[in-house]
Amino acid sequence: MERFLDVTVAGLMLGGLYALIAMGMSLQYGVARVFNIAHGEFIMLGAMTTYTLFTVFHVSPLLAVAICGPLAFVLGYVIHRLMFRKLQISAPSQGVFESSSMLASFGLMFVIQNLALLIWGPEIRQYSYMTQTFSILGAQFGLRRLVTLVFAVGIGAVFYLFLARTRIGKAIRAAGQDASIAGLMGVNINWVLALCFGLGAAMAGAAGVLISMCYPDSAIMGQEYLTVAIIVVVLGGLGSIPGSFIGGFALGIIGSIVAFWDTGLVMAAFYAIFVILLLVRPKGILGK
Amino acid sequence: MEDLMVGINLLAILYISWFVDWALKQKKSKAWLFSGLVLIMLAVLITLPYYGPTYSYIMLTGILMYLILTVSWSIFSGPTGYISLAPAAFFGVGIYTSAILGKEFPVLIVVLFGGLLSVALAAFVGAITLRLRGIYFIVFTFGLVLLIISVLLWYEIKFTGTRGRFIVAAENDMIYYIMLGIMVLLFITGYLIKRSKYGLALQTIGQNEEAAAHMGINVNAVKIAVFAITSIFMGMAGAIMAMRWTYLDPYSAFDVFRSFLPVLMAIFGGMKRFYGPVLGAVILAFLEEKLLTEFPYYYKLSFGIVLILVIIYLPDGLVGLVEKFTRRIQGVKRAGA
Repeated sequence: MERFLDVTVAGLMLGGLYALIAMGMSLQYGVARVFNIAHGEFIMLGAMTTYTLFTVFHVSPLLAVAICGPLAFVLGYVIHRLMFRKLQISAPSQGVFESSSMLASFGLMFVIQNLALLIWGPEIRQYSYMTQTFSILGAQFGLRRLVTLVFAVGIGAVFYLFLARTRIGKAIRAAGQDASIAGLMGVNINWVLALCFGLGAAMAGAAGVLISMCYPDSAIMGQEYLTVAIIVVVLGGLGSIPGSFIGGFALGIIGSIVAFWDTGLVMAAFYAIFVILLLVRPKGILGK
Repeated sequence: MEDLMVGINLLAILYISWFVDWALKQKKSKAWLFSGLVLIMLAVLITLPYYGPTYSYIMLTGILMYLILTVSWSIFSGPTGYISLAPAAFFGVGIYTSAILGKEFPVLIVVLFGGLLSVALAAFVGAITLRLRGIYFIVFTFGLVLLIISVLLWYEIKFTGTRGRFIVAAENDMIYYIMLGIMVLLFITGYLIKRSKYGLALQTIGQNEEAAAHMGINVNAVKIAVFAITSIFMGMAGAIMAMRWTYLDPYSAFDVFRSFLPVLMAIFGGMKRFYGPVLGAVILAFLEEKLLTEFPYYYKLSFGIVLILVIIYLPDGLVGLVEKFTRRIQGVKRAGA
């Protein structure tokens, strides 16, 4: 029982982060139609900025969420306006735009990653913050992990309410169904697409801050989280935001069950699930 | 000095690829007008180890590796629009073949075997991914490479106890010759595929797969066959390249970067013409050989910037630019006459 709880809670905590990362990516693909390979780099930027803020300026990582999130939003918004907008105008069809925007995001990944390497260097860094532990029914957990879980779920819930209840949220949902028709219905479509890309980047930035509290960071950490994000997004159904939320937790729990059995097999299990899922049910668990 | 030698040989390769492209456009086989020059160019390439410094053909081997990956990638992915991120998988299969069989068998057999194993993998992957299109195909091939890395890493640590393996090294000029031989085979295969009805079938699939199927093209057979045939070159290149590196582990053998680079090089060069990917690969791989070790971060940074600019402003790559200029010059001529 204790072991079962141990595995489940650890899985949930990891799953919260995965869900947050994947929701951002899902929003970018589902609405803005950009399969953003540079997503992991926004996570890295969040984590490394938090590291610098904490070690140099002594800013609490929890406060850094409020700094890195908006910064990543602005960066994402501007990038969409400068790059992807141009591609969308010149692309003859949606399919061509999806391929070319994905390739452009590869370029973006190289640019951000190597800028970060020039700024921070390749070293792995870690800081310690909130190292207390607490116990549930005899199993020990780090407090910071609980905080990251609360933050991840909180951001997910706020975002869901934003989508479901506000006028802008409605515009985003309309754009997700069909961008050009949403544009005809009076939605300022260029603004909404850039907004979605920016919001996705903001979620990645916030996730990066939370990741830096628990795990070591480096300028090349983005790739690892990118692959997790891709797996979760496919698991939940490409472009489905609730699917990504559920998929994140599912993957977190699967990961911690496999880790309990053999740590070396976690990534192999993830990729196996991913490859099999693509073959059997490419729409994912909540796909249309 | 070495750069000059390498540059001359790269021009020779470019000429050969231009020749293939030119030959493709000819209606009858009058194509052998320029063939004398091609033989001279081949002679320049073959004799490089006799007149060039050692470093020049080591460097050319590295460039040829990227060229082979890029051209064989673009034969399938160029016309069909199926963007495969699996080159690293086929290349890695070749490397591991070399690591396992290299001690017991002669080099040529190992290389051939590496290629055939890649074909087997490609045929299998092709057969199971028939239903996947667009972004799903891209993501699947990407995941495949990562799956292979992590399973292999787990296997190596669990059962052999070490991460990596040593490979029996081969002579530098031998590696160069085999690489050159693979390139020539690749060019001939590319010519034959493009010239045959299968080349047209591939283009039709890229434009409209349903329409292609209705016209009586066996879409699945053509896709799987070409995907598998082109992967043989990636596997062979991996098997021979491994003999230069002597040590490898799953991460270096299945380096994901090797899946991205062919895509970027082909797009940079432009996929409308046969010499486009060759041009892209020659330029970028030469720069990589020169700059990667000295300024890795600046190199990759500018690489990213160039990629973004090319995708936004030059969707047809360098070939598009060249064609624009020639059209302009021809236009001026016509206007004058």
